[in-house]
Amino acid sequence: MVKGLLTVKNGESVKLSDLPNIPFETFCKSLKSVAAGEGKIVHYFAYEENDQLKLMAVLRTDKLYILSTDAPEKYPSLTCSSDKFHMFEREMAEQYAIQPVGHPWFKPVRYHENYRGKADLFGNNYEEDIPGNYNYYSVSGDDIHEVAVGPVHAGVIEPGHFRFNCIGEVVLNLEIQLGFQHRGVEKMLETVPQKRLLNIVESIAGDTTIGNSLCYAQAVEALCGLKTNAHSQMVRSMALELERICNHIGDLGALSGDVAFLPPSSYFGRIRGNFLNMLLLLAGNRFGKGLIQPGGLRYSLNQKNFDKIQKECRVLRKEIEHIFDLLFTASSVLSRFEKTGTVSKQSAEELGLVGVAGRASGISYDVRNAFPTEYYQKIEVSPKVETTGDVMARAMVRNREVLNSFDIIGGMNYEVAAKDQAYDLSSPKPSSVIVTLNEGWRGELSHCIITDEKGDILRYKVKDPSFHNWNGLALSLKNEQISDFPLCNKSFNLSYCGFDL
Amino acid sequence: MIKTLLNRWEQGCKTSKYPRQGITLATEYRGLPKIDRQCSKDLVNLCAENCPQDAINKEKRSIDLGKCVFCGTCEKLSEGKFVTFTNNFELGVEKRDFLNTDIGIPNLAEHSKQHFKKLFGRSLQLRQVSAGGCNSCEADLNVLATPFFDLSRFGINFVASPRHADGIMVTGPVSKNMKTALLKTYEALPAPKIVIASGACAISGGPFYGSPEVTDWIDHLLPVDLFIPGCPPHPMTALHALLKFFKK
Repeated sequence: MVKGLLTVKNGESVKLSDLPNIPFETFCKSLKSVAAGEGKIVHYFAYEENDQLKLMAVLRTDKLYILSTDAPEKYPSLTCSSDKFHMFEREMAEQYAIQPVGHPWFKPVRYHENYRGKADLFGNNYEEDIPGNYNYYSVSGDDIHEVAVGPVHAGVIEPGHFRFNCIGEVVLNLEIQLGFQHRGVEKMLETVPQKRLLNIVESIAGDTTIGNSLCYAQAVEALCGLKTNAHSQMVRSMALELERICNHIGDLGALSGDVAFLPPSSYFGRIRGNFLNMLLLLAGNRFGKGLIQPGGLRYSLNQKNFDKIQKECRVLRKEIEHIFDLLFTASSVLSRFEKTGTVSKQSAEELGLVGVAGRASGISYDVRNAFPTEYYQKIEVSPKVETTGDVMARAMVRNREVLNSFDIIGGMNYEVAAKDQAYDLSSPKPSSVIVTLNEGWRGELSHCIITDEKGDILRYKVKDPSFHNWNGLALSLKNEQISDFPLCNKSFNLSYCGFDL
Repeated sequence: MIKTLLNRWEQGCKTSKYPRQGITLATEYRGLPKIDRQCSKDLVNLCAENCPQDAINKEKRSIDLGKCVFCGTCEKLSEGKFVTFTNNFELGVEKRDFLNTDIGIPNLAEHSKQHFKKLFGRSLQLRQVSAGGCNSCEADLNVLATPFFDLSRFGINFVASPRHADGIMVTGPVSKNMKTALLKTYEALPAPKIVIASGACAISGGPFYGSPEVTDWIDHLLPVDLFIPGCPPHPMTALHALLKFFKK
């Protein structure tokens, strides 16, 4: 019997006073016993309520659970019992200076001062604006060499630091140090005026604008008791699927480019733009910024544009299927994709991988199926699972999900738009907690908001799927050729800014 | 082989004829705002108070396009009576002040530096530095390399090292953690070191203005030659600005 768990639904707010009051030891025991089995960690973070430091965790099996307790200043690290806690404990130490004693790999996550003004646990001096003040894991020996890449990369991409320890061409260990994109998003969301929230949420990760704004909107809707109509549910899900298609297509094109097979790379690069333009029809912005707002939509979709998108999807689907056929039958492509960057199902389970990376390693979890919201409540989405866990599997998951997204969009019937109405966001439920989950194109995306006695935001926690998956990329490089790094990296295509916040 | 040919046949040539032929973007796109200066004071105040970016100047009845993220809040609130967003994508400017607009923005070609045209009119190599931000600016710059825009046909390329570049194109509000890396990249450029600020974040901090974790904008770190507003700038906005500013 696991103690202190409160079952919640996706997007349902709970009063803080309804959470079982459990001592810290029971809290740890419960966390460990859930993580020891199939259970995964959705959130695990600290917050301050009336000067009392508290911990909150959101766990998932086939249900969602919340549990909370008073936090100690230091405690024996849970990472020793399960890797699933690894990043969460480091993040907590950085944000709130809570020491996980005996943590096997204790180093900064994003390089910033803690929120409580306590002495820094990592011994960093933040007057120096050089992140990564940290001794990297190193290997020594005659034939060993180190390769350091970043933060400024060779392409038009985000900054991050990669440190390879190699023997000849073979990578023994890859260490990934991020934090360069840190903009203080969570702290901003707790302090800025409400009118700014949506723009900030939309810019947590620009390629996941729809996913993040959806998580935010659903959370505020639950806190303010707002209901959305069928039209906005349809448009929101359509936007989420368009976002998925354009990113998956872009990734498959880039994967093709990384193995020097240029035709699909050019075609997909161009076709990705068509889907961005469809998002522009929905939102007036190619990334869907400005579309979703708490209560519904800022811009409703007219029948003409709905038909236009449906028609264009049908035309492009044919082209895309032909390019898939070209890509996935080319022997030069298959020989690079197959058996490269393999993550076994066991490792994926232990790390708690989610989304495309998780499904490619055989983990059948898709938020649209497990905890559906919006239009997905009306349909059945089956997770697209592969078993080999290599670059090929991650490409195939994308391939199948693109086609599935076409089916979802094609199956939609136009719902007439209701008249614009004003939404009252002035009185959110006080002293409550709300968790929202959505299947962004990378995987499980989740926001968690805790409100204070007046209903203001006390704590805003954002978790991008990349938070789980970066370690999957590091693992996939073990004993691979260093020249396969771009391919492995692209097959995960994780978010730097979504991680760095 | 036959599949390659069949796909090639199906795809055809998709490269745009811009700039020889104009491009009209969908009317849904929110580009250069049109301001009605005659509208009531209450309406202006309402828009200014609710602007998430605080980009509206009540007295001058103008919008700072460097701060604006083109979210459309003011257009919605004033029902188009104060602001309407047109589908005009030509937004690049040479001076930060030009972005404070009430009637439009000056023609970029007239203000661009003539010696830049002479130096870089036939070949321009840029290094992109992502310094904070949300990756949508980077994503829409990458789009310029796809066959529709095909940036390299104008002799403009994004290169892998600042040593190979004529200038840097900066995106993001310059997070504290990227400041040193950005300045070092700038240092590595050969003179005359072009600096282009692309996107609301690089120009004004964008949605992240005021955060203690960002330095807000690059204007006070480096001398900027070209400002390309938007959140993110439409690829056409970037392409237009690059062509007008550097090409003869």
